Amino acid sequence: MTTNAIIQVAVFFAILTAVSIPLGLYIARVFAAEHTFMDPVLVPIERLIYRLGGVDPNAEMTWFEYAIAMLMFSLVGMLLLYAFERLQGFLPFNPQGMGAVAPDLAWNTAASFTTNTNWQAYGGESTMSYLTQMAGLAFHNFVSAASGIAVAIAVIRGFVRKSARTLGNFWFDLTRATLWVLLPISVVFALVLIWQGVPDNFSPYTHAKTVEGAEQVIAQGPVASQEIIKELGTNGGGFFNANSAHPYENPTPLTNLIEIVAIFVIGAALTHTFGKMAGDRRQGWTLFAAMAFLFFVGVFVAIACEQGGNPQFAKMGINQAPSATQSGGNMEGKEVRFGIVDSALFATVTTDTSCGAVDSMHDSYTPLGGFIPLLNMQIGEIIFGGVGSGLYGMLVMAVLSVFIAGLMVGRTPEYLGKKIEGREMKLAMLFVLIFPAVILLPAGVAVVTQAGLSSISNPGPHGFSQILYAYTEASANNGSAFGGLNANTPFYNWTLGFVMLFGRFLMKIPVLAMAGSLVGKKSVPVSAGTFPTTGFVFVMLLVGVIMIVAALTFFPADALGPIVEQLAMRAGHLY
Amino acid sequence: MSDRKAPTLWDGDIVRVALVESLKKLDPRVQLKNPVMFVVEVTALAVTIILCHDLAVGDYKFGGFEFQIAIWLWFTVLFANFAEAMAEGRGKAQADNLRKTRTETQAKLVTESGAIEVVPAPKLRRGNIVMVEANDVIPGDGEVIEGVAAVNEAAITGESAPVIRESGGDRSAVTGGTTVISDWIKVKITANPGETFLDRMIALVEGAARQKTPNEIALSILLAGLTIIFMLVCVSLFPFAKYGGTTLTLPVLVALLVCLIPTTIGGLLSAIGIAGMDRLVQHNVLAMSGRAVEAAGDVDTLLLDKTGTITLGNRMATEFIPVLEVPIEELADGAQLASLADETPEGRSITALAKREFNLRGRELADKDAEFIPFSAQTRMSGVNLNGRRVRKGATEQIVKFVKDNGGTPPAELAGIVERISRSGGTPLVVADTARVLGVIHLKDVVKEGIRERFARLRAMGLKTVMITGDNPLTAAAIAHESGVDEFQAEATPETKLRLIREEQAQGKLVAMIGDGTNDAPALAQADVGIAMNAGTQAAREAGNMIDLDSNPTKIMEVVEIGKQLLITRGALTTFSIANDVAKYFAIIPAMFVLGYPELQSLNIMHLANPQSAILSAVIFNALIIVALIPLALRGVQYRPLGAAAILTRNLLIYGVGGVIIPFIGIKLIDLVVVSLRLA
Repeated sequence: MTTNAIIQVAVFFAILTAVSIPLGLYIARVFAAEHTFMDPVLVPIERLIYRLGGVDPNAEMTWFEYAIAMLMFSLVGMLLLYAFERLQGFLPFNPQGMGAVAPDLAWNTAASFTTNTNWQAYGGESTMSYLTQMAGLAFHNFVSAASGIAVAIAVIRGFVRKSARTLGNFWFDLTRATLWVLLPISVVFALVLIWQGVPDNFSPYTHAKTVEGAEQVIAQGPVASQEIIKELGTNGGGFFNANSAHPYENPTPLTNLIEIVAIFVIGAALTHTFGKMAGDRRQGWTLFAAMAFLFFVGVFVAIACEQGGNPQFAKMGINQAPSATQSGGNMEGKEVRFGIVDSALFATVTTDTSCGAVDSMHDSYTPLGGFIPLLNMQIGEIIFGGVGSGLYGMLVMAVLSVFIAGLMVGRTPEYLGKKIEGREMKLAMLFVLIFPAVILLPAGVAVVTQAGLSSISNPGPHGFSQILYAYTEASANNGSAFGGLNANTPFYNWTLGFVMLFGRFLMKIPVLAMAGSLVGKKSVPVSAGTFPTTGFVFVMLLVGVIMIVAALTFFPADALGPIVEQLAMRAGHLY
Repeated sequence: MSDRKAPTLWDGDIVRVALVESLKKLDPRVQLKNPVMFVVEVTALAVTIILCHDLAVGDYKFGGFEFQIAIWLWFTVLFANFAEAMAEGRGKAQADNLRKTRTETQAKLVTESGAIEVVPAPKLRRGNIVMVEANDVIPGDGEVIEGVAAVNEAAITGESAPVIRESGGDRSAVTGGTTVISDWIKVKITANPGETFLDRMIALVEGAARQKTPNEIALSILLAGLTIIFMLVCVSLFPFAKYGGTTLTLPVLVALLVCLIPTTIGGLLSAIGIAGMDRLVQHNVLAMSGRAVEAAGDVDTLLLDKTGTITLGNRMATEFIPVLEVPIEELADGAQLASLADETPEGRSITALAKREFNLRGRELADKDAEFIPFSAQTRMSGVNLNGRRVRKGATEQIVKFVKDNGGTPPAELAGIVERISRSGGTPLVVADTARVLGVIHLKDVVKEGIRERFARLRAMGLKTVMITGDNPLTAAAIAHESGVDEFQAEATPETKLRLIREEQAQGKLVAMIGDGTNDAPALAQADVGIAMNAGTQAAREAGNMIDLDSNPTKIMEVVEIGKQLLITRGALTTFSIANDVAKYFAIIPAMFVLGYPELQSLNIMHLANPQSAILSAVIFNALIIVALIPLALRGVQYRPLGAAAILTRNLLIYGVGGVIIPFIGIKLIDLVVVSLRLA
């Protein structure tokens, strides 16, 4: 581990922590409809939206009504996107004259952006018109993130409201998440990205002559405006196929820093929002600490593996040591302007959350280095996590931890004063169960069918890793790719499309139902006999439960993929 | 105290019966109640069928491996059955002990015509009235409707000193199986045979009527969920392995599955619950349901009657303090007059004090046209009307009002005297003669030894104690201070308890109380844990969800501790069971795939001898750990009255961290044995 690596990670995390606190408290104010400095500009717009939509923002919803509103909104959005993709040839803002997107790819992309996955089976600059990118894809970048935040806020209300029936109003939460949280930050940082050289135009693609005299077509478009929400909303769908490795998406180390902070910041802020709404800031800090712990372990393992490079190269006499002129380590699939640390940090952050943007190719990582992104997703993307989904995923883990170990203090388990009983357990287990089910079962089918096997680019354990990674990222709504897999086939487009939808909505519904069950409960006052859900011991317990219940579920599968690859690499065998 | 000692852990008779029972429990209909063990049984059956098939076609190529796996899977189920049967056996032993009180008795049924007809006790029905005379055994639970008798309740409580049971008042309930030793009573039977409190309790400890408690249900859901997850893992592993060129056999997959699903807690869950009920019985407390025991662990607030719980029962008169112009003899005389018909211990202590200090003898007042005014909870005073005089003693406020109503003015110094007594922890009882206040009787309360430490323990556990007393606030505050109780409710009427319970519950707290009288019944019913004293009224016993056979009001604290111990045991074994999975993965996964991927040998961090011994050792550990933990499940985890944070840290270290480490050692040791015996 180089000092450089430690300093970079430390600076990044210090900025993140500093920014997340005020943002978290601001978010709490936004959803409590308390006054914020944005109100003079946004309240009129908000009122207009409610009037146009015919919505009463004060009409409280039960968990069921809330879930139905959320599902209906997503369904309509998904159908609209599908229509844009199929009809883009007849619509404006299409200087390159892109034709209709194929049905299976259009379905996959519609599912992908509706679920905040942004898995891209297509190449942006070669498939989508500007209109589809902006009105179809970017729209979902905002609202899929906003609906994640909305559900997280509703779930928090389930914990903190006492003897109530309702979880809030979906339309109110959705609108406020978009207008107060996502839009203002996006506008400001899109301008910063433009300053750093990211283009934002409607021009046709530029034709240029390279120094070697070859003809090069340079894609253009409204990049900066799409770029920031890609990270902020943990969407991850790049404007260009190369995503944040593309110099127009992520030109400098500064934009790289801005982008990784943007990926984490809302997830981190929501822990403080939670603490604030729960009336006990330490509750939020505890979740923050557990997330931070898992982040640091992941990022330092990934950096160490990548910096360590490939022992087989070392045998060939290739110098992999870091020096003033090279970053050293395993640089295959990484951008020279980012080097090892910024690449491994980006890879960790993008898979800790459901972002999936990449600035390097995870497929080319060393086996163990590439295992970290996989593992991050397998524990459910709860390390700060997808906007909203990270928090409610972590809350389910907290409920599970409290239930498993809580009895050991001699009381039936409670979290934030709410008793965790049969119904909550049923819903929490459903949440925990659906996730491995939608990864392992389809992956099991893919590895033994011709349709599944024909897409892998490497035989042996690495091919298995590619398939496992694809279903993992889809159900976790991550959208990053383990490059080698050719995913634009009807088999993968259809199965991954379903897996994305299941991984998003089959998990959101039980968690909302759990909140709906909790919200009706009385709150037991805290006493010396209450199970402490703050502090070091609980953080360690939470981490332990996450590792044993969530991560170990995938241990047998991982053993056959990245783990065996890593062991084989050490033994001199590459796949 | 009790003669119901717990049987020794490995009591020969119980073990023998349990061994037979654990075979009977292989019935799938029994196993279906426990999804985790049901899965184990189904897999054991599947492996057995494959084994039989292989034998039949002569394709028995694995040597003893498959056979051994099958055997150990069956043992896993049997060990879990054995744990449950052991708990039930111990429960039955307790129940038999209780049942000894159920000797066939003859009852003297009072027919409608008033005649007495001798019938066998089991023929009695609710509402029947029986006559019980000296040396008769009371034929069933009931309520005394006429007469007074001394009753020996040793059969129930183990306490041989007779107790008085009489009609009316708070000592009217009698229990079947106890013996009248003097006088006679008429008893109205309140429960049909087979439905008495004791019958229900016996059914509960025997396991026959046991229903899962809410927390057990929630825990079962967690365990079932984990079982499904691990089934998914194992099912998907088959194609994954096929991709890698390894064909997994069913016994190997099943071995992984059974090791991963939480069999330890799944196998011991019901034993833990039954053992908890059992420990209550050892403390001479009968619970109506497992739910009540669980609730006891959750209790936030304890309502405690001052008298008998915090103080040594009865207050004694220690001093007469007259107001200025009244001679002390007149006060003593008035006090005695007001107490002549007062049969309470306090009343008797007043007459005794008057006799001792002023040589005033008790007088026969019947001929003096005396009208006795008995004490009531509403008027809170008692006394006598005698030749136009109206002598009263009672609570200060009431007497002051009484004197004013009679046209008198209470003297100025009264308040000072009352306050001084109250401050000292005593109870002032003001004596008045019509319009004149005579003075004050100082009643003294003695706080029980050790009660202060007891409350400190409860406080450390996060429980709030509330003392309920009819005393005035000053007296109550003094006793509260002396005893260390957290809060007190002074000048309580019977309705106060009910109101207090509701207030606490409105804040989301669980409340426990102990009570005996008829007027406690609503509060007992409202409380989350209501313990009725066996000596109390039938109404109280029906309203509560536990009965304390010893009628000892401090028992409530033990009940709470037993409830907590039950929950801690359940949590500890759950944590242990789940933490165990780490080591089992490391034993089985490399063993499963090492043929296809020799590199995975480096995951074999325990250096188990070969793949078969690794898998076998994990399965054997998984089965044996159930047996090894039976004593813990039956006795309960050692309980310490610490705060939740301290208990959590301690138990997480023992059962969480220990649960990760122990199987690494255990599996390695078993592997050494397996290899040295050439089993694999």
